[in-house]
Amino acid sequence: MTELELGPVWLSLRLATVTVIVLLALATPLAWWLAFTRSRARTVIEAVVALPLVLPPTVLGFYLLVLLGPAGAIGRFWVQITDTTLTFSFVGLVVASVIYSFPFTVQPLQAAFESVGKAPLEAAATLGAGPFDAFLRVASPLALRGYVSAIVLTFAHTLGEFGVVLMVGGNIPDRTKVISIAIYEQVETLRYAQAHVLAACLLAFSFIVLLSVYMLNRRMPLVKT
Amino acid sequence: MSTLALHVTLERGDFTLDVQHELALEGITALFGPSGSGKTTLLRVIAGLERSARGSVTFDGDAWQSAQSWLPPHRRGVGYVFQDGRLFPHLTVQRNLEFAARRAARRAIDFDAAVAALDLKALLARRPGSLSGGEQQRVAIARALLTSPQLLLMDEPLSSLDVGHKREILQLIEQLPRQFGVPVLYVTHNIDEVARLASHVLLLAGGRMAAYGTVAEVFVRVDLESYTGGLEAGAVLRTRVAEHRDGVATLVVGGERLRVPMSDAPVGAVRPIRIHARDVAIATERPLHLSIRNVLAAKILRIEPSATGNVDLLLDVEGERLRSRITRDACDELGLQVDQYVFALIKSVALESTLLG
Repeated sequence: MTELELGPVWLSLRLATVTVIVLLALATPLAWWLAFTRSRARTVIEAVVALPLVLPPTVLGFYLLVLLGPAGAIGRFWVQITDTTLTFSFVGLVVASVIYSFPFTVQPLQAAFESVGKAPLEAAATLGAGPFDAFLRVASPLALRGYVSAIVLTFAHTLGEFGVVLMVGGNIPDRTKVISIAIYEQVETLRYAQAHVLAACLLAFSFIVLLSVYMLNRRMPLVKT
Repeated sequence: MSTLALHVTLERGDFTLDVQHELALEGITALFGPSGSGKTTLLRVIAGLERSARGSVTFDGDAWQSAQSWLPPHRRGVGYVFQDGRLFPHLTVQRNLEFAARRAARRAIDFDAAVAALDLKALLARRPGSLSGGEQQRVAIARALLTSPQLLLMDEPLSSLDVGHKREILQLIEQLPRQFGVPVLYVTHNIDEVARLASHVLLLAGGRMAAYGTVAEVFVRVDLESYTGGLEAGAVLRTRVAEHRDGVATLVVGGERLRVPMSDAPVGAVRPIRIHARDVAIATERPLHLSIRNVLAAKILRIEPSATGNVDLLLDVEGERLRSRITRDACDELGLQVDQYVFALIKSVALESTLLG
């Protein structure tokens, strides 16, 4: 039996967790705005948010490489303030993952906020709750299912990304070598047994995650307004 | 007595709401008018739920909205009962009520008092989803009260309920102003609710105020017939219950008595009743041998010809106004004239059908 390579597993889990946290913070206000705005810019923003769904990961990765590289606008700035490069680093991977998984967080949240609608928020306002209070105590609990979907989908999607990671992060053990890259490398070097183990783990994990989401959705008849 | 000064306009598509008036609020004031007349919109403007409203809203000297300022809903002293209740489905009844009580700027209304008044003790642990429509509205009313509002706004709170629940909640709403010392602005398009609950009525039509006054004043006006329902509405008499036996109440108007089937009529209670003009016949002498039990002595104040060969009579019954619609032929035959004393014959069934309580 070949030795199991655990480094990529931990790195993938770390990357997915950080990405989920960053995305929740960024996507919640945007999803809220998209759900309730009457601005015409909404359609354009929605299209931009959905771009990573249809773009080949290599295209996205290519632009990110250009942008985040030491010669790119963001990359140069990063080198100036941190003295490290953004590409081929964990932080660079997080940035790429955040962009790559953006629609997987925004869309479920937006749908959830839209289904909550304005009515409960108006009720909360007439009961003395300010906007943030109403968001926290009324909208968020009512949109809980949307949050669960967003978290799970984002986590699983980040775990499974390959093209973008390869372009932006390369293959550096313990820094950018995530599960999907490790599998690719193992296959390339004909270490099929190891590839089998990791691939099976990823398959099982993805299935269990999706199964629990669907079960949760069924079991939790989350109050409709 | 509170004063609500409204100088507001709001445009939405080809609809314009434009209300410029000062309301003296005491007890229950009905905001009445046909569908699409802007009743709910006006209520929402007062609550601060319509950001695009222009002008000013001043309550007892506090500017809730003016040219320079705009208070968001959570800073205005209003409680709001929505048509559909809008309870928070993720919270129990108790938590729904606490949501309001915790955020109240002042605690003028006691938690237990509100729970008792709306009979919610047994429901506190339940979730809104498991409550009937009537129970949900009771919770919604208690929740709005627990913000200890200076003004309670109610938007057709009975419209989604069946007759039995309507009656039950009507009785509770009737008590609110006296019990909790809060004036109520009550939106409805139902004339019976106006007659039963309100002392004053603001009549809205096409986004503008068509009339404002006591219920009796507004409902007897012939020029408002198209809004108040005219023949359908007739007039509102304020009566007092003198006796209640076997489901039939004896109501007193001045020195006159009416016998009306009523399910709930505590002796001494004021019961406004609505009498359709077409259900009032006229006799020049007190009739004998008649199946109609309710005969009131009245004086003719006005005779107005109306369409389709009828005339409308405006009658005075001990200071209250009553309307009768009879044919022009009948009027000529009886030789009716202004200031003449006559007898108004009212079919009991007409009363029965108008009563909510």
